[in-house]
Amino acid sequence: MTELVLSDFAVSRGPCDVLRDINLSVGPRECVGLLGPNGAGKTTLLRGALGLMPHRGGSSLSALPLAMRAQTVAWLPQAREIAWPMSVESVVALGRLPHLGHGAHPTPDDQNAIDWALSRLGLDSFRQRIATQLSGGEQARVLIARALAQATPILMVDEPAAGLDPAHQLTLMQTLQSEARAGRMVIASMHDLGLAARFCTRLIVLSHGQIVADGRPERVLTRELLADVFQIRAHISYSDDGPVVQPVGVIW
Amino acid sequence: MKLTAPLTGPSTLALRRVSKALGAALALWAGAALAGPPERVVSINLCTDQLAMMLAAPGQLISVSHISHDPNVSVMLEQAQNYPVNYGQGEEVFQLSPDLVLAGTFTSSYTVSLLRRLGVEVAQLPIVNSLDAIPDNILEVGRLLGREVEAIALVAQFEADLTALRADSSDMRAALHYANNYTSGERSLAHEILTAAGFANVAAEAGLVGGGTLAMERLVMLMPDLVISGQPYPGASRSEDVLHHPAMDALRARHAAHALADAEWVCGTPAVLRAIARLAMLHEGG
Amino acid sequence: MSRVLWGVGVAGLVGLSVASLLIGPAGLTPLQAVSALIRGDALAETLVMREIRLPRAILAVLVGAALGLGGAAMQGYLRNPLAEPGLIGVSGSAALGAVLALQTGLAAAHVLALPFAALAGAVLAVLIILALAGPRGGSITLILAGIAVSALAGALTSLVLNLSPNPFAASEIVFWMMGSLQDRSMIHVWISAPFIGLGALILLSQGRNFDALTLGEDAAASMGVHLGRLRLALVLGVASMVGAATAVAGAIGFVGLVVPHILRPLVGARPSALLPASALGGAVLVLMADIAVRVILPTRDLKLGVLTAIVGAPLFLHLIYKTRLQGQL
Repeated sequence: MTELVLSDFAVSRGPCDVLRDINLSVGPRECVGLLGPNGAGKTTLLRGALGLMPHRGGSSLSALPLAMRAQTVAWLPQAREIAWPMSVESVVALGRLPHLGHGAHPTPDDQNAIDWALSRLGLDSFRQRIATQLSGGEQARVLIARALAQATPILMVDEPAAGLDPAHQLTLMQTLQSEARAGRMVIASMHDLGLAARFCTRLIVLSHGQIVADGRPERVLTRELLADVFQIRAHISYSDDGPVVQPVGVIW
Repeated sequence: MKLTAPLTGPSTLALRRVSKALGAALALWAGAALAGPPERVVSINLCTDQLAMMLAAPGQLISVSHISHDPNVSVMLEQAQNYPVNYGQGEEVFQLSPDLVLAGTFTSSYTVSLLRRLGVEVAQLPIVNSLDAIPDNILEVGRLLGREVEAIALVAQFEADLTALRADSSDMRAALHYANNYTSGERSLAHEILTAAGFANVAAEAGLVGGGTLAMERLVMLMPDLVISGQPYPGASRSEDVLHHPAMDALRARHAAHALADAEWVCGTPAVLRAIARLAMLHEGG
Repeated sequence: MSRVLWGVGVAGLVGLSVASLLIGPAGLTPLQAVSALIRGDALAETLVMREIRLPRAILAVLVGAALGLGGAAMQGYLRNPLAEPGLIGVSGSAALGAVLALQTGLAAAHVLALPFAALAGAVLAVLIILALAGPRGGSITLILAGIAVSALAGALTSLVLNLSPNPFAASEIVFWMMGSLQDRSMIHVWISAPFIGLGALILLSQGRNFDALTLGEDAAASMGVHLGRLRLALVLGVASMVGAATAVAGAIGFVGLVVPHILRPLVGARPSALLPASALGGAVLVLMADIAVRVILPTRDLKLGVLTAIVGAPLFLHLIYKTRLQGQL
């Protein structure tokens, strides 16, 4: 079930709505960039849709039973947490937990998924390294590999590119893009408009808890929207590699 | 400025002090001798309580320690009810304006020295570790209270009773077992009570002298014929758990009889005769 | 943990259990001891072996396993290596519950009142700690909350024991705060074993949930972990084990800190592997400590907590220092 449907979806914190009137539907092969300034409600939308926080309205994901949801969607939270000094391989292996029967040992399938995820993130040589001793960016890649190893039809990631160097940002986005092309659905909240424009098939822009734009990158990332929502000026052009969006100034 | 030769140099000053103190002491001694037996006696120790109650003239003893009202350790509960209790605190005892305070050698040294500084006469009686020491203690309390005649009579009675009771063999072996595996070896009153009643004390076999602990394992290995347990106090304590430990129960189960070491075992007074008599009956019955 | 390490651990446990059975003031030869234990031929020797030494050895294993596993579980849940039942006041509160049951006479009225009261005390402490330390047990709040809970439980335990009409009770404050296995009996095995066993089952069944929690609550929840159920299992499992252990042996600190700390690198830091390993390690540590107190001071009841604190407290200081260096404090 590679689909996310939110209908009349809303999340409130105390008396005020943090998100309201959210209606959207995302399907397979889509690589969705979720954009919006700080506090617009990106993380809340993702966590609410997953059922990790209470919400009103419908979400096709939060309606699933826990075990089923864990096999349907992999979630990479923004907080990069690896509590114990485990090896990279065993952290990535945690992604296989939803597929293990109770007390069951990992199967060759599980090991294949782990190996594949490690190599997708260029972590082959890191296998036996202690994850907590790696740099922040390396840890981020380990955690993304963990989400990939979960091998779910849907991948929801919260600011996956934060803290990565340019090469790894590009590799990561290529990975997400190719996962979508292979039939998965990817939703990533992001701040880098350039990466979003370049790699996503669809952008959803949140502002003050509402969707203000939803569509193909070149239709969404207009000068007006960037000025209204992000208070920036940007250089927008099209190259052989796709759209190029480069913020150049702030409008106050 | 006129210089006068000092009448008091340091040495003469010291001399004066000494003579003054000496004079005071003499006066006190004379006073005490003249005053005769003390009229207001306060006892702040369980064991002196009992001897004082046995020996004092009517009205002479004005207060006993609160422990005398504790049924677990006091053998003269009924008599003790007739006396107001004290808690052995210096200030409280001083308020009673006693002319003699009876205390034990283990009474808080702070309390004793405080009372002495306040001019109260305090007599400390030693702990009794043997049956032979009991007459000495009785006579000492008699002397302090000015009741020598009564004391001599009490001693005579005690010695006669003891001679009548004393068993000559000690063929059965007994163990004393108190909370925390505490027991009594040689040179203790409890040991002498056992021996007098015709029991050998297994703690003495194990080489214990005086009071001390003997691991339960060792006590079990000694296989006593009789286990005499400490009397349990109200409320709960882990220290007393050992008294009804399954291993001890098993030892007791070998023989029908067992005994409690109760209030009669605590103080060196004629009350120990009752403890000996009851044990001796067990001995004959067992 | 590899098979080899498990083998070493189990061999150590067996060896120490045998040593625990052979060491004691009764002066039995190993042959006498084994013969008395198995055949029950001589009365005195049999009593010593079956009623005194056997329960002591079994309790050392049970209590040690409870404390080691309880510590590993608390740490797994709070993702903090400083979370230890003794340090955060769970053992102290269990002791308070046990002392209340004893002094009110409930324990005398019903044999299970003692472990249940200790369990209730432990539940209360775990709930307070979870409420104060929050979902991710930050070190400062955890330590501060632990100090407060321990201090209060300790003070109330002392108060109850001082108010007791029993003259021995007040001197037992040190037992309840430091723990000892001296002169326990099979009764104590019977009243603690079911609770410790049940707690162990509950906690060991949560292994993969603790694994998932390595990545944080959100990630764990998204991987199918039911956080509410996990919390309930933790509270009941830890309280059941630590409560029963404390009810029979007093509060023995630092076992749950030292054991997981030493074993974590050996099991690749995976919480699910650390749980059974810590149970084994805890049993080994408490057996060693209980043999040591008998060898060091054979005639006195040296408290187990004295030894575990001498080993554990410096390690605790080291962990605090390390945590500060990592900027987590």
